[in-house]
Amino acid sequence: MDALDTLLLSRLQFAANITFHILFPTISIALGWVLLFMRWRWLRTGHTAWLGAWRLWTKVFALTFALGVVSGVTMSFQFGTNWPGFMARAGNIAGPLLGYEVLTAFFLEATFLGVMLFGHGRVSERMHLVANFLVAFGTTMSAFWILSLNSWMQTPQGHTLINGEVHAVDWLAVVFNPSFPYRLTHMLLASGLTVAFLLAGLAASQVLRGRANAATPKVLRLGVTLAAVLIPIQILAGDLHGLNTLKHQPAKIAAMEGIWHTERGAPLLLMAWPNEAEQRHDWAIGIPRLGSLILTHELDGEIQGLSAFEGAHPPVKPVFFAFRIMVATGMLMLAVSWLAWWRLRRTGWRTEATGPRWLWRALALMTFSGWVATVAGWYVTEVGRQPYLVYGVLHTADLVTTTPAATVACSLGGYLVLYVGLLLAYIAVLRYLASKPLDAAGPDPIVPGMTPEQGLVQQGA
Amino acid sequence: MDFDTFLPVLFWLLMGVSMLAYVALDGYDLGVGMLLPRAHDDAERDQMVSSIGPFWDANETWLVLGVGLLLIAFPKAHGVILQALYIPVALMLLGLILRGVAFDFRVKARAQQKPLWNAAFFAGSLLASLAQGWMLGRYVTGLAEGPMALAFAAGVAIAVPAAYVLLGACWLILKTDGALQERAVRWAKIAWPGLVLALALVSIATPLVSPTVAGRWFTLPNLLALLPVPLMAGMALVALRGLLNSHRIRGPQARLAWLPLVLAVSVLVLGAFGLAYSLYPYVLLDRLTVWEVASAPSSLKIILVGTAISLPAIAGYTVFVYRVFGGKTSGITYG
Repeated sequence: MDALDTLLLSRLQFAANITFHILFPTISIALGWVLLFMRWRWLRTGHTAWLGAWRLWTKVFALTFALGVVSGVTMSFQFGTNWPGFMARAGNIAGPLLGYEVLTAFFLEATFLGVMLFGHGRVSERMHLVANFLVAFGTTMSAFWILSLNSWMQTPQGHTLINGEVHAVDWLAVVFNPSFPYRLTHMLLASGLTVAFLLAGLAASQVLRGRANAATPKVLRLGVTLAAVLIPIQILAGDLHGLNTLKHQPAKIAAMEGIWHTERGAPLLLMAWPNEAEQRHDWAIGIPRLGSLILTHELDGEIQGLSAFEGAHPPVKPVFFAFRIMVATGMLMLAVSWLAWWRLRRTGWRTEATGPRWLWRALALMTFSGWVATVAGWYVTEVGRQPYLVYGVLHTADLVTTTPAATVACSLGGYLVLYVGLLLAYIAVLRYLASKPLDAAGPDPIVPGMTPEQGLVQQGA
Repeated sequence: MDFDTFLPVLFWLLMGVSMLAYVALDGYDLGVGMLLPRAHDDAERDQMVSSIGPFWDANETWLVLGVGLLLIAFPKAHGVILQALYIPVALMLLGLILRGVAFDFRVKARAQQKPLWNAAFFAGSLLASLAQGWMLGRYVTGLAEGPMALAFAAGVAIAVPAAYVLLGACWLILKTDGALQERAVRWAKIAWPGLVLALALVSIATPLVSPTVAGRWFTLPNLLALLPVPLMAGMALVALRGLLNSHRIRGPQARLAWLPLVLAVSVLVLGAFGLAYSLYPYVLLDRLTVWEVASAPSSLKIILVGTAISLPAIAGYTVFVYRVFGGKTSGITYG
């Protein structure tokens, strides 16, 4: 009983940490590139509005990055504190992939972030732009390595088992495992969409509160356009990822679609209430045969049901509902971004209060929609991997710590309180920063204690 | 010793160097954080935080690399050590989270919330330092149980923050001038005995706890060959204390403002050398050797390639950043 509690609490703690952590990289991966775009637009057009936008969003980036770093450090320790078995038995693969992440990406982004945040006026314009690029590149490389490891845990290959321990045989096969390209694409697009709706949402709330400034129309247009372009690509990428999952993790698909028994011509369930004890839905609304059509491209294609994976399929409800939340949020994103793009383009992206108020409201409500879809999507894929930690290779329950349940409960409580507090503070600060007047006075901040001439000489150097 | 046998030793050294880099670098960050309440006014607090602002992210990364190398090279020891230190690890992480986010929140949130985030900055720095001290104390005795070992760990838990405060004060002597620098000199003088105590405690207790260590240090001719290590550390400490009274470290044009920090760090380097000599070839004293817990050679080789390429690059751009932000920090604003 005690072991079970420790397992459950450790899983909850890891879920809490990874849920909190993923919120921030999801923003910083794409925001780094957006900042580079803003800097470039400023240098090209000379519009100080772009500089003002860059300054505001750099502050957001700095805060986001800090939260991502501290929650990421926590994760690297929790492998050892809560999942020692994972490290002992899969360390030969997990270790090098995490190591490459730290060596090639983490140091790069963390070091050049200092230059990016404080270096304006201390290094040349070009060096500053390079620093911004290196930070954006570093965050993307981080995603590359972490998603490679995660994908290997979903679709492991290139390894062999010796005495219950995983040993790498073919590193290229490990890194570029079957689900990796799909997961990386899906996640990078998710990051782009999260930032797109964040940009558009904060711009819309500036309009609603009468705080719109010279940068607002530019940021609004950037956010809405980015969202409208990325969402159809994301839907396509998600569909391809789903087909890849069907091939490699059919039990996960069965839980996502709520298919209890193997059947031909399976319906697409829009909503249902799964009853795991009796292996049926208490009620269900679906479109006949569409499930089979989407997954197998045949009207009466066969889809394996959960009963075909006795004892080796995930809990149905969390996967089933999380999948529907993700898809519904995606559809909402499609509707709002296309409508907003069409409507705002007609009025030339003007942000005077004459615009349609419902549209500003809709965009403001969607500010954090990227978080909802991303977290729901991760729940589908991570809970969907259960009861395995490495799919088909290592069971989660075999790898957990022997630390007493009470101790884990204490640390979990501590983390939860801190995370909820920080999340609320983060959202409040974002709204506060967006409500302040635009800081676009001069072309460059001149370092105090230095004459403007010296400042210019340094920039030219 | 063939290459496959040598590999775990190499990674043991790399891990030690990363941990040493972390202690020296984040040590001054955490020290400045603990000194924050001693500042005279808000402008001084801003100046103190600005002095570490461009560096702390990269500094903390050394901890990720250190624990990462423990995980990569010695995954079985990683589990044993971190499970035994479950509570202090959790406390340290809570502290590092609070400290790390306070950097940004204290200047980006509404002005009336600034005192709250200043307090979080201090509390996070103190909690992380105390937890690290406790963990070091537990680790060097090989996670020994019993009242003696725990009392020893408690002693180190107090001594490590003192050492960090000394590093932080030396950092401020280098990066500031005027009234704040004067105060930093005074803080350094107060913290100095703490570092002496920390080193003395670790040096006395490890041979007491482990006959292996005692045998390694207190036999001839080892004793004579090793004598320069404690002697040099002692000389550096005395020179540091003397320097704190000198006018050569004070003012904007001081020629030797960098020397206190360098001396403090060199004491740490010598201490780390002594500790490494005591522990080798154990990852966990008297219990787990590097070879018992090492990863498969193929995994170590693949990461060695990456390390050989990226460590020089990391060193290169770290030097670049320290040059960009060299000199007194009055010009950096965190906004």
